[in-house]
Amino acid sequence: MSDSILTSSEHGDGSIAHPGYGTFVKVWIALVVLTGLLVLMSHFGQSSAVWGLLLITPVKAWLVFYFFMHLKYEGPLLKVVVLVTLGTLLIFFALLFSDVAFR
Amino acid sequence: MSEPNHAHADHRDDFGARLGMWLFLVTEMVLFGGLFIAYSYMRSTYPADFHHAGTELNATLGVTNTLVLLTSSLTVALSIVAIQRGDRLKSMAFLSASLALGVTFLVIKATEWATKFHHGLYPNAPHLATLPHGEQVFFGLYFTMTGLHGLHVIIGLGVLSYMLVQVARGRICQDRYVQLENAGLYWHLVDVIWIFLLPLFYLAA
Repeated sequence: MSDSILTSSEHGDGSIAHPGYGTFVKVWIALVVLTGLLVLMSHFGQSSAVWGLLLITPVKAWLVFYFFMHLKYEGPLLKVVVLVTLGTLLIFFALLFSDVAFR
Repeated sequence: MSEPNHAHADHRDDFGARLGMWLFLVTEMVLFGGLFIAYSYMRSTYPADFHHAGTELNATLGVTNTLVLLTSSLTVALSIVAIQRGDRLKSMAFLSASLALGVTFLVIKATEWATKFHHGLYPNAPHLATLPHGEQVFFGLYFTMTGLHGLHVIIGLGVLSYMLVQVARGRICQDRYVQLENAGLYWHLVDVIWIFLLPLFYLAA
């Protein structure tokens, strides 16, 4: 964690290890496998497809955010910015459905 | 830092640049988030119509486009690794691959839309007006959300093309590549949005 605060000094000096080609290829393989799983689940009827959507899609999005978008290697500030946004959307979501459910 | 003879006129703040990009991306997340919430509400209101309309979409094309976009994200990430290692040509090759994949995505999307248009399914179409209300809403959301996403892909292609030129000119190089990182962030977000669009329209509807 301590070196993640220093990521702003990442240019040039080579003191911080950047992830290599292999890391991203592995993440891509995971994303393709998860997509396959999602498609497979959609063949077992609608409720299974919805569970696939709710469980697998967030994992895929997290993989892209965390690795491809380098959040893993960023300091706490950017992580908090993203989490606050997602939290806000979740609150909107919850408020809307708490309204819809009791009509 | 880089060459000292540049240093005096060279104010740079790479973290600030990325923070600014993330703040913009957050507004994009809210933009699409609002549409996702609209979809969820409409879907819970018209479950049967959404299910029926969803069968009209070609899941194979949707999944193919997902693989195309995931791979284009990979090649953008790899082009950044290449530039970090000072391998300019490799970085340009990866960026070109991303551009080709982005264009492939748009071609597939255009084919798909063309088929829908051919079946009388387009915004304000006379045939669409004869369908149940829920199906009209489904196709309204489909064209709005995939259209807005497609617009982002087009803009992303423009940005990535500019990055390719900058790498070729040496303006983006081993110790100065935050522009490329930010362009990559935009492209990856476009990928994340599609990750959600695939199950919403093609698989779970």
